[in-house]
Amino acid sequence: MDIKAYIESGILELYVAGKLSEQENQEIYALMQKHPEILQEVLEIEAAVVKLTASVSPHSIDFDSFKGKLNEDDGKVIDLKPRKPNWISYTGWAASILLLGGLIWTLNTKNQLEEEIQTVSTEKQLLEIEIEAARNNLANTKNLLDAIRDKDIISVPLGGQGDFASTYAKVYWNKADNTIYLDGEGLPDAPAGKVWQVWSLTLNPLTPTSLGTIDDFNTDDNKIFAISNANDSEAFGITLEPEGGSQSPTMEQLYTLGVVASTP
Amino acid sequence: MTDIDRLINQFKAKDEKAFEKLYQMYGTSIRGVVLNIVKDDDIADELMQDVFIKAWQKSDTYNSSKGRFFTWILNIARNAAIDKIRSKAFRQSVQNLDADNFVNIIMSRDNLDHLTDAIGINKFVTNLGQKCKEVIELLYFKGFTQKEASEELNMPIGTIKTRNRSCIQQLRDMVL
Repeated sequence: MDIKAYIESGILELYVAGKLSEQENQEIYALMQKHPEILQEVLEIEAAVVKLTASVSPHSIDFDSFKGKLNEDDGKVIDLKPRKPNWISYTGWAASILLLGGLIWTLNTKNQLEEEIQTVSTEKQLLEIEIEAARNNLANTKNLLDAIRDKDIISVPLGGQGDFASTYAKVYWNKADNTIYLDGEGLPDAPAGKVWQVWSLTLNPLTPTSLGTIDDFNTDDNKIFAISNANDSEAFGITLEPEGGSQSPTMEQLYTLGVVASTP
Repeated sequence: MTDIDRLINQFKAKDEKAFEKLYQMYGTSIRGVVLNIVKDDDIADELMQDVFIKAWQKSDTYNSSKGRFFTWILNIARNAAIDKIRSKAFRQSVQNLDADNFVNIIMSRDNLDHLTDAIGINKFVTNLGQKCKEVIELLYFKGFTQKEASEELNMPIGTIKTRNRSCIQQLRDMVL
């Protein structure tokens, strides 16, 4: 750095005057440690200013005259103004502090309430979802009931076959809208890799027609499945088939079978 | 480490002897600055005591990396004096001196014999240009910043810095 130019800039004179920023003060302090010319310059500027300012004062008081006061309490010596309690000012400050405290308290309370509202509104949303689900459930059940009660419904019980005698199912067949409702309550869950497949049968000759597989059997709650059936079915059977279903029923896996009793 | 650094370390360690030496070095200057602001000898005496007592009590807050000791105590003095003249009690009191700057105060002294370099100071203030008087008054006695001085004197901020440098140079030539 160009020390001469730095000195010539006049910054050191301002340094002694005491009106530079804290950062500039620290920079100059560091430079003084590093460059004796800068330190020397500051010392001379200071000496000149000390002499000039001293010349304004004709005399100075003796150090001993106030030496005793050095270690007294701050307030006694510094405060030159007459001490008058300023009640308006004190009251003002007290009021401000109270007001501030009140504001903070109000703000806290407000935040707490907001959190509570948030919690309550989340709970409300969850309840609404539950109510909605319950309503749907109820509507579905009503539909189901209405469907089963329909006067056109033919009820076909499907009895357990062979090794699966303990199983059963029931088909409600509405010929008017070509739909069957299969009640699979008496069937076990399909094992992994297997699905229930529903068959419509004609007896003479024995011809099975697939009505499809029940892929969501295990997850369904009421185990009642609506399946469309446009065939002139004479019987219904349910077999356990590999996933995806089969072209024709695997007779060893025929669980339940039921014959349509009469044709209205 | 300069002698003054050593004195200041002792002062920070609450050594009264060291503080007395610092007072001998700077007391009159501080009184000069205070007097120039309050323009009353008795109040200046009172304030100067307060300034040094305050400096003593706050000695642990002084740190040489933040500025010169003289500059530190100069700031305390200017602030105390400015607070004083703004106080109600002061405004109601009669002022002894109606000089408008440090030069008038120096010139109004019948003799300057108490100063070893009285001749230099006398010569300096007599020959000092008006601009120098103004700049020195504002920067050293009143504690204006460079920017405040530039506004007060209607002078570019850079000019304040260079003019002040040349004024202090003239002062150094005559008193050092």
